[in-house]
Amino acid sequence: MTRLLEVDNLTLQFDTDEGRITAVEKMSYSLDASQVMGLVGESGSGKLVSAKSLMQLNARNAVYDPQTRIILHLDGGPVDVMTLKSAHDQKLVRGGAISMIFQEPMASFAPALTIGDQMVEQLRLHAEMSPARAREISIEMLDRVGISVPAKRFSQYAFELSGGMRQRAMIAMALSTRPKLLIADEPTTALDVTIQAQVLALMKDLVADFGMAIIFITHDLGVIAQTADTVAVMYLGRLVEQGPVRELIHNPAHPYTRGLLAALPNLHDLDSELVPVAGDIPSPLERPRGCVFHTRCPVARAGQCDRVVPPFTQLASGHRVSCHLASSEAVNT
Amino acid sequence: MDTPLIAARDLSVHYPLRGALFGPRPVVRAVDAVNISVPRGSFFGLVGESGSGKTTFGRALLRAAPISAGDIIYDDGEVRYQVERLGSRDLKGYRSRAQMIFQDPYAALSPRMTVRDIIAEPLEVMGLTRTREETDERVRDIAARCRLNLEHLRRFPHAFSGGQRQRISIARALVSRPRFVVADEAVAALDVSIQADVLNLLRSLQQEMGLTFLFISHDLSVVAHTCDHVTVLYLGRVMESAPTRELFAAPRHPYTRALLSAIPSLDPDDRGNAQMLEGEIPSPTDPPSGCKFHTRCPHAEARCRREEPALSQVAGAHEVACLRWRELDGAVPVAPVRQPADGTTPT
Repeated sequence: MTRLLEVDNLTLQFDTDEGRITAVEKMSYSLDASQVMGLVGESGSGKLVSAKSLMQLNARNAVYDPQTRIILHLDGGPVDVMTLKSAHDQKLVRGGAISMIFQEPMASFAPALTIGDQMVEQLRLHAEMSPARAREISIEMLDRVGISVPAKRFSQYAFELSGGMRQRAMIAMALSTRPKLLIADEPTTALDVTIQAQVLALMKDLVADFGMAIIFITHDLGVIAQTADTVAVMYLGRLVEQGPVRELIHNPAHPYTRGLLAALPNLHDLDSELVPVAGDIPSPLERPRGCVFHTRCPVARAGQCDRVVPPFTQLASGHRVSCHLASSEAVNT
Repeated sequence: MDTPLIAARDLSVHYPLRGALFGPRPVVRAVDAVNISVPRGSFFGLVGESGSGKTTFGRALLRAAPISAGDIIYDDGEVRYQVERLGSRDLKGYRSRAQMIFQDPYAALSPRMTVRDIIAEPLEVMGLTRTREETDERVRDIAARCRLNLEHLRRFPHAFSGGQRQRISIARALVSRPRFVVADEAVAALDVSIQADVLNLLRSLQQEMGLTFLFISHDLSVVAHTCDHVTVLYLGRVMESAPTRELFAAPRHPYTRALLSAIPSLDPDDRGNAQMLEGEIPSPTDPPSGCKFHTRCPHAEARCRREEPALSQVAGAHEVACLRWRELDGAVPVAPVRQPADGTTPT
């Protein structure tokens, strides 16, 4: 496997009227070419803004820590994403080597332009080609994602397509520039379960075909289990656990990951009780000291968890967890 | 337990569309001749994809959608209403007995009112209390049942998280002491970690207050865990209806089977077993002839395109609307619900 992405010490804050809030703190991970990483966490965990950092897409009030490094290994050599300042340079990570698809496809298509116009514009922005060639590639891509009569859809508007078709069209547009990395932000959350199954099957197929890596942002662990190779769990801006998908689902090590799994309805056992994770996610203005999860953690140790940020403990190969109790027995009850 | 609290008979909600200048006006058949009977004290699930008519049906039961045909009988033992014919006075009485919880706790609460005023409003609008003390008493009581602090009552909704807001919405819906509650996607907007908390709260309120719920959801695993009985809608028609365990252990309708198998399994080694349905739900302005599901059904044959199946009884309260269910039964492996590892069958 060749390394595609290295994120080191990603720390991201936002200046707001109520003060400077920390959205992501010292997040480090790496991703190989054609690897699918699931990024899980609840609202406010920083999963989306951390992914947007890779494309330098965060709002103007974003403040990155100077130690943040985001290195993208491309055919022409490594690129330090944090040094891309001009709009021209940023094209590389905005629709070039990195593309993004969203939960709500309506929001990623301009309502007054046809699907085709937007696809052609995107292609010609990133590569020199004639409008006729761009049209040809676009129609091929629409066909590839399973849209029937692609030449007709090409000249339609987003509102004329059904939800599932729109999602396919958005995937076609995102992949037309052959990105190395696709960021998928809850791409199936708004879809019905039968359509979700179709879109997930399509995405798996495309990964095999195009050999791109995916960062799959979702709160749905079922979707993760079905698509990801590796999973990263975030809580309140911190990466708390990361590991291969089987490891993480069968042997979750962080109390938060365990809590998430216990809160899920299990179709195999309708008698099992649903156990919520106690309490609510704290406001980012009142970030807990020490381990960010200690205010909701059922096994937190006073004096340690509320004071000291836990370092990462390596468990099995590729499986690491940031928890003080990881090396002791207490967490394994 | 089996006396119905509310029963719909051949209930239809058809919305006329602005159509062509000539010819018949097109009609959206959102709900089409649906028969559902919700037993007293039950947690009754209604599932379906977007466009299946589940929300419209729930609203029609509350007289919040125009009823085109059919009737609705509400009978809680104290009063009996013929819901589709209620005059304005009885409608007020009905509203205090039948309430609704919405999906989006961010949109459902006025940002300019304190939590106390939000919860108290139904009492004041319906004139259920005479003095402010009485109102406060009722508000405090229901807030405590919904696990809200008294101190919360003085605050505004923006100070609360999604889960807390949903508890405020629940308190508001229950303050008039209704018997029947329609919960429309009540946990769909919540994070998984909070979802379980709200589901547990709804179940315990149901027991404590003797409520009957119509729980509308697109999420089958949530329904499996909370409901006693599940009805599956597709394009405004009932496809299958059964006690929850029975439906999940032995679904009979090809649509129910497809729905169940499309739920992403939590087991990474169980990949790619979804029984893929072709295409999407057709438009309710131009529904397919015969069985509404035939355009996507892997087992459809010629007569499914002509004949619309009626609901037939499988066993007990289990009903299915499929012309071929008997021949498909056993012939098609039931993929969706995998048996637990110890080999016991859920009953």
